[in-house]
Amino acid sequence: MNKLICLMAGVCLCLVGVAHAATEDPMRSPGWRIIEQRFFADQTVVFDDRVQVLAPQSAEDTFAVPGFVRVDGIEDIERLVVITDLNPIQRVLEMDINDAVKPAVGFRFKVQQRTPVRAAVQTSDGTWYLGGTWVDAAGGGCTAPSTASADPDWANRLGEVDAALWARDDGIQRLKTRLVHPMDTGLVDNIPAFYLETLELLDEKGDVLTSLSIQAAMSENPVLSFDLAVDGPVRLQGRDNQGNRIRGMVEP
Amino acid sequence: MIRLLLLGFLLLPASVQGYSLSPQQIAPGVYMFEGATEHFTRDNKGDIANTGFIVGEDGVLVFDTGPSRNYGQSMRLAIATVTDKPVVAVYVSHHHPDHFLGNQAFGDVPIHALEHTIETIRRDGDAVTDSLYRLVGTPMAGTEPVEPGELVTLGRQTVAGRDIELIAAGGHGGDGHADLMLLDHASGVLFAGDLVFHERAPTTPNAELGQWHDALDRIEELDFRVLVPGHGPPARGPEPVQQTRDYLRWLEEHLHEAAAAGLDAAEVMYLDLPDRFQHMGVLEQEYRRSVAHLYPDIERATLRDVREP
Ligand SMILES: [Zn+2]
Repeated sequence: MNKLICLMAGVCLCLVGVAHAATEDPMRSPGWRIIEQRFFADQTVVFDDRVQVLAPQSAEDTFAVPGFVRVDGIEDIERLVVITDLNPIQRVLEMDINDAVKPAVGFRFKVQQRTPVRAAVQTSDGTWYLGGTWVDAAGGGCTAPSTASADPDWANRLGEVDAALWARDDGIQRLKTRLVHPMDTGLVDNIPAFYLETLELLDEKGDVLTSLSIQAAMSENPVLSFDLAVDGPVRLQGRDNQGNRIRGMVEP
Repeated sequence: MIRLLLLGFLLLPASVQGYSLSPQQIAPGVYMFEGATEHFTRDNKGDIANTGFIVGEDGVLVFDTGPSRNYGQSMRLAIATVTDKPVVAVYVSHHHPDHFLGNQAFGDVPIHALEHTIETIRRDGDAVTDSLYRLVGTPMAGTEPVEPGELVTLGRQTVAGRDIELIAAGGHGGDGHADLMLLDHASGVLFAGDLVFHERAPTTPNAELGQWHDALDRIEELDFRVLVPGHGPPARGPEPVQQTRDYLRWLEEHLHEAAAAGLDAAEVMYLDLPDRFQHMGVLEQEYRRSVAHLYPDIERATLRDVREP
């Protein structure tokens, strides 16, 4: 709760400071000025309906809200970022986009209160294109311990990697993976931040397809979906903020 | 926290918080209060489930108590317009808040429920009450969860001079005996609780679909003439049972197909839904909630362990 109050105070200060120079947010989020300064300062931002975020209007489980980003018709995308304006941890994930990896990602995230969830994609000329949707929260997903923290067995299951690949008719290979990790935010009393912070997807030869930077705003035992423009097996490797490594190899 | 804040609103006129419940007679001596086929909103005051009562020779039996203390009090006022006999027993179908949060208004009456219902209300009652305060607001004022005090006696029995049967099943409220039904033999009215939905999409937060299907099969074998579903209009035949079964079967198959195609949960939430269900109230919202409830386990079964040392 303290975090939230701080966040809201910041929002108000910011509105006073930079209102005249800033981009108009079509979602009318009270958090937008902070988000703009923090993630897009001095950069060109375009709100564009071709960047879509699918998420439920209302969170059934505030610890695990499904989200999916898809982008149609924007070329030369190099980065994709997912941001929740009004959560204590605003950035959910950030990843590289290239010829091998489509600008699409599925994920599960925590919500603390009603918030926009936005996707921002950056093209090679530096422009950011943004789209998003609001998600309402009935509870407070970020400041109660995740169930794994109470589960005495989680330590034995830490690092488990489940995954599968689907070859689709459109030539895209869908990768879905589930990684066992408590993803503790550090915002709950006496439980330090403990979360996966990087994930890489590699091809058979060991070349990196994409790298993700992940925050604890992502749900416990993250489930992620990717659309790959390459065939063949995919290696997953990642690391949490305490240095534990995860590795997996998924065959088509 | 929210409940404390709302205490400040208690001084508002009673009409703001009141429910205007009018009993609908569905058989001789048997009445229901039909809720909206909607979600909890401030406008509908949380009045979205069906409740009912049966007037016996020696008193009144109540089935479910609605979403708030005020609703329960309005029920008692409405019952008093039909009969001056006392309420002698209350039966709670299951632990969902729209069905039991009126218990407070029946503090002077034995409230009967299944063990699963009693235990779940004891464990989760505060949390579900808080969430209804958030969704419904002022009409909830003063509502506190009250755990049923009596373990229900199952089977055919005479209560208040009425030949009734109390039947335990499961699948909607949870695993095992989680859903209680009441069959009034003289009138043939079956209060089915949330095992049956009618013209309103079923909710699945605690669903065990296999058991739910078994329960629907059993309901069709019961000798009822009028069916009161947990949500939606009453019926004089088994159509609501068939509707509930059709939807739940479709839902399960559809989610398995989506998982087999590798779809992400958020993508599944936005798939098109069949025309034949479009007449159901709150179809899209309930479908999306069901994806959140049921899809994680279904999609997990499509993944395999790929961990490397
Ligand atoms: Zn229910």
